[in-house]
Amino acid sequence: MMRKIAYSKIQKEPLGIRVEGLSKSFGAASVLRCFDLTLERGKRLVVFGRNGSGKTTLLKLLSTRYRPDNGEIWINGNSTHLEPDAIRRSIGVVLHDPMLYEDMTCKENLRFFGNMFDLDDLSDRISDVLGKVNLVSQKDQKARDLSHGMQKRLSIARALLHDPDVLLLDEPESGLDKQMLDDVGPFLFKSTRGNRTIVMATHNSEIGLKWADEVAFLSKGTIVYRASRVDMDEGRFHDIFLEQLESAP
Amino acid sequence: MREFIRPIFVIAWKDIMLELRTKDIMVSALIFALMVIVIFNFALNITPATVEYLAPGILWLAFAFAGVLAMGRAFIAEGDKGSLDGLLLCPVSRDAIFFGKMISMFIFMVVIESLVLPIFVVLFNFDSISFNLIGIIFLGTLGFATVGTLFSAIAFNLRSREIMLPLLFFPVVTPIIIGVVEASSGVITDTVNIIGIGRWVGLIVVFDAIFLVVCPWAFGVAMEE
Repeated sequence: MMRKIAYSKIQKEPLGIRVEGLSKSFGAASVLRCFDLTLERGKRLVVFGRNGSGKTTLLKLLSTRYRPDNGEIWINGNSTHLEPDAIRRSIGVVLHDPMLYEDMTCKENLRFFGNMFDLDDLSDRISDVLGKVNLVSQKDQKARDLSHGMQKRLSIARALLHDPDVLLLDEPESGLDKQMLDDVGPFLFKSTRGNRTIVMATHNSEIGLKWADEVAFLSKGTIVYRASRVDMDEGRFHDIFLEQLESAP
Repeated sequence: MREFIRPIFVIAWKDIMLELRTKDIMVSALIFALMVIVIFNFALNITPATVEYLAPGILWLAFAFAGVLAMGRAFIAEGDKGSLDGLLLCPVSRDAIFFGKMISMFIFMVVIESLVLPIFVVLFNFDSISFNLIGIIFLGTLGFATVGTLFSAIAFNLRSREIMLPLLFFPVVTPIIIGVVEASSGVITDTVNIIGIGRWVGLIVVFDAIFLVVCPWAFGVAMEE
């Protein structure tokens, strides 16, 4: 009963993402501890942190791929615990692995995932997203024959295919050149319904600061610094950035 | 209902299309099954009088080991480039993913069996093929594919999956193996009455039903992380 009351309250809140008391361990290794996070709808949060700080685990928890040990996650008012399918329908995910079938062409990969999402106008959507990531001429090429960067672009196309309201991006810049990042960025930021809520993990301060509305540093499973991009003290940011990179794991 | 059924066929069709393209599963399993029946054909002094007694064992040995070989590769395509994560991030139930994979595995096994059986008939001069025998093979294969899909998914993330899959799979599927061998033997030799055969068929059906309920649930738990 308590859960239902809390859930209906949160549905009315204008939050894209709300995380409360999240904990996650793998065996004896605790990755996230009592982690809290809120992000307004349409805002872009860029999470920095050294390897092993918990960035990928956070994204996998938000995406429903991992189940938390403790705590709750709500995305656009839906609980990952109660309505995982509703969340999966509303999010697009780009992880380290491109999540593609190597023996299927670009078009076949997108058609398969489009069918899994039961999308209408699939052919138009496929043409549209392939155009956005500049893979139209490679549409009939098998994924295994694509370069790392092209596979990353196809992975982004797969994440955008169902026009999600929320994007979870784990180092989306890896394998992409600056021009491609500039070209793809605007398509990532906006859905047909408005600004997307984005959580992005990266080590790249240049692209991170460029894309962020808010920045956060994750260290040993907790947020050690968070600021809006507008109010952020760049000097302090860079001090923390260097400190985090140099600190012991 | 459509939301549940549709992704099952989308996944099964994807697996069939990939298999037609790569032939990863079918070729190795088919060669293995043929090797088994060819070796037995040369190793045993099989006469028309003894073939009926030996046929169930040889056939199911070939089917079972070919099946394990096929199952070992059932999730290999999902390992490519993290595509299993992509599948699990789709807004479909884990049960639908399980049944999609299970149906494709069942189809692969049926195709292998339908190629092996005529060769077996020719090599062993075996003339006891009947609809009853085909029905028993069908029921046994259903149980095999159901349990095999689950353990293939569980073994997928294990380092020594080629060893672990048979170790996990065979003890669980033993009741079905006993049932199909006994029922096939009864049908082929025609020495057991219909009630005797019916008991073994009943055992297979009961285990198929149990596995069809338990395995999708266990798959959902296994795929949590």
